Amino acid sequence: MHPGRVLANVATLPARLVEPVMTGVQKTIGIKRMPWIFLIPNLTAVLLFALLPVFINIFYSVTGSDRLYPTDRPFIGMANYETLLDCRNYLQPSTCSRDLFWRALGNSLVFVPTQVVLMIGISLLTAICLNREIRGRGFFRGVFFFPVMLSPVVVALTWQWILQRNGALNGLLEAVGLSGINWLVHSDTAFAWAVAVTIWAHMGFYTIILLAGLQAIPRDVYEAAKMDSASHWRVFRRITLPLLLPVLLVVFVLCVIRSVQTFDELYVLTGGGPGSATMLMVQYIYEVGFAAQPRNFGLAAAASLLLGLVLLVFTALQLKLSRSARND
Amino acid sequence: MTDLDDIRIARNPPTPSLLGLIFGKRGGRKADWTDYVTYGYLLLGLVIMFAPVLWLVISSFKTPANLQDFPPTLLPVTTETVSVEGFDEPLPLYDVRTEDGETIRLAQIRRVGLNAQMIDPANPGAGRIVVKVANAEPVRKIRFTINNYVNLLTTAGADIWRYVYNSLFITVVATAITLVMNSMAAFALSKYRFRGSTAALTAILATLMIPATVVLVPVYLIVAQLGLVGSLWGVILPTVATPTGVFLLRQYMLTIPDELLEAARMDHASEWRIFWRIVLPLSSPALAVVAIFSILSRWNDFLLPLIVLNNRESFTLQLALASFQTEFEIRYDLLLAMTTLTALPLAFAFIFLQRYITSGIASTGIK
Repeated sequence: MHPGRVLANVATLPARLVEPVMTGVQKTIGIKRMPWIFLIPNLTAVLLFALLPVFINIFYSVTGSDRLYPTDRPFIGMANYETLLDCRNYLQPSTCSRDLFWRALGNSLVFVPTQVVLMIGISLLTAICLNREIRGRGFFRGVFFFPVMLSPVVVALTWQWILQRNGALNGLLEAVGLSGINWLVHSDTAFAWAVAVTIWAHMGFYTIILLAGLQAIPRDVYEAAKMDSASHWRVFRRITLPLLLPVLLVVFVLCVIRSVQTFDELYVLTGGGPGSATMLMVQYIYEVGFAAQPRNFGLAAAASLLLGLVLLVFTALQLKLSRSARND
Repeated sequence: MTDLDDIRIARNPPTPSLLGLIFGKRGGRKADWTDYVTYGYLLLGLVIMFAPVLWLVISSFKTPANLQDFPPTLLPVTTETVSVEGFDEPLPLYDVRTEDGETIRLAQIRRVGLNAQMIDPANPGAGRIVVKVANAEPVRKIRFTINNYVNLLTTAGADIWRYVYNSLFITVVATAITLVMNSMAAFALSKYRFRGSTAALTAILATLMIPATVVLVPVYLIVAQLGLVGSLWGVILPTVATPTGVFLLRQYMLTIPDELLEAARMDHASEWRIFWRIVLPLSSPALAVVAIFSILSRWNDFLLPLIVLNNRESFTLQLALASFQTEFEIRYDLLLAMTTLTALPLAFAFIFLQRYITSGIASTGIK
C-alpha cells in the first residue's frame, strides 16, 4: 500500500525498440506516447471524480446559498465553519446553532471507539480460532465472511425484522421467561444494536486480513515455544501479538476510517433515530446537503472537509506506523 | 521407561474418544481444552452469522397472517382449511376439545365473542355447533408459500423488474469499464518507462486517501454538470476508476516478462494488440479479484445512487428496498420477499466464489 515501495519497482520499455508497426492511433501519435493513450481514460476519471472534487469542496465550504452551480454561489468566507462550530457550551449540543452536527459528532465519538475496539477484538479472536488446525476450516472461514457480501440495506432490514417489537429476539426472550424490549425505539438499545449490527456486517473482512497476518507467522516459532512448554496465554502475548502488530495497525487504521464513514446500515436500520440517537457524521452531511430543503451544500461541504481532516490524520498515522513497523 | 515401551506406545496410540474424534485436531492429535473452546466459539459464530439471514429467508415464505404471530413460529405454518358444501370460501379447521375430553375436528364458520360457530365438515347436514373459543385449537400445518414472491413480481405497483434491470446494468457496465480502464492504466504503468509515469501513479494512488463521503457534494455537482442526475451513467462513471484496482493489476503485470512483449513487437504486433491479446489474458487471476470486488460494491452501492438517482424509474434494487421500508404501511410480506431476492444473487456468488474472495482479500490486504 505504501507508494514509495510501489515506485521502486518500475518496469522498463525495451531500450532498443524493434521497428514498430504503424497503424491507427499509434501511427498518428507515435509509439512513445502510447502509454498516455492507455492512461488517459483512467486519469480523466480520477481527475474528474476524485481530485477535482477535493478542490470544489473547499470552494463550496466558503460559499453560501442553496444553488448548486458555482457561479450562483456568493463568497461568504468562513461563515459555514463558524456556523458549525458556533456553540455556547461545547458539551451541550442543544446550545449550538447546529445542534444536530454536534449530536452527530458526539455519536460518532462514542460509536467509532466502541465499534473499533469490539470489532478488532472479535475479529482477532475469530482469526485465532480459524488459524488453529480444526476440521472444516475453509467452511468456517466462509461463514464469518458471509455478511460482508450482503448489501447494507439487506443487513439493516434483516436485523430490523429480528429486533422489531414482534420479532424473533423478543420471541426468544419471552420463550425463556424474559420480557421483550422495543429495541430500536429506546435510544440506548438502538445505539447498542447499531454498533452490534455494523460489527456483524463487517467483522469478516477484518478477520480475513488478520488471518492472513497470522498465517504469515512462521510455524517454527510456535514449535520452539512448545518445546519450552509455554502456556497458551504466554504464546499469545509473547509471540502472536508482537508478530501480528504490523497487520493489527493496518486493520486498526482501516477500521477507524471506515467506521467514521458508517452510513448505509444505520440509515436503513434506524434512520438516525430514535431522535438523533444513532445519527453519525456522514448521515448529517447527507441530511444537510441532500435530504433537507433548502439544500445547504456549503454547510455539507464544510462538515465533510472537517471529516476529511480527521481521516487524513488517521491515514498519515497509518503511513507513519506502517513505515516504522516495516523498519523494525 | 524402556525403549520397548516407547515402541509399544507408538504402535498403539490411545484410542480417541468420540468427542476426540469430532473435535480433535487434524492429524489425529489429542484434543486439548482449547479445541473445545474453539469449536464452541466457531459454532456460536455459525449461529450468529447465519441465523439472522436464515430467519429472514424462512420468514419470506410465511403468509401475512403467520408473519403477525407472536411469538413468531420457527417454520411457516398455515391453518388448514376445508371446503364445506354451502359455503363459498374454504373454512379454517379447528381441533375442538369436547366436554367428555375427546377431540373432534370442526370447521369454523364465524367467531362471535368468546364463542365460535362451527360445523362438522364430514357431516354438514348436522347443523351449526357452538363452541367455546378457548377449547378450540387451529389445525396448523407447515407450508412454505411462495405467494409473497408471486405478489411481489406480479403487482403492477412494484416495478421490481425495472429495479433488477437497473442494478444489473450498473453492476455489469461499471465492472466492465472498471476492468478495461484500470487494466489499461496498469499496463501503461507497468510496461513502459516514460516521463510522468510516477506522477500519474501517485495521482491515482492518492485517491485512495479521499473517502467517497468527503467529496459527496462536488461529485454530485460534476454529475449534474454532465447532465447525468437521474441517469444510471451518473452512478457508473464516478466509480469506475478504482485506485486499488490499478494497484493490484499493476503489481500483477509487473510479473509478466517483458521478453514476451518484445517478441510480440518483433512479430509487428501493435501496442494495443499486445495489451489486448497478451497482457490482459495473462492477468486474468488479478482481473478476477478486481471483478469480484467491483461486482460486490456496485451491486451493494447505496449512498451514491441515493443522491444521484432521484426518480423512481432509475432506482436500483437497494434504493427500492430502502424506500419500500420507509413507506407509510410496511408490507412485511413483500419486503421480506424482496430482501431475499436482493440478497440471493450474492449468496449464490458467495457459494461459488468463497475461496477466491477470502484468499483475494487476504492477498491484497485492503479493499
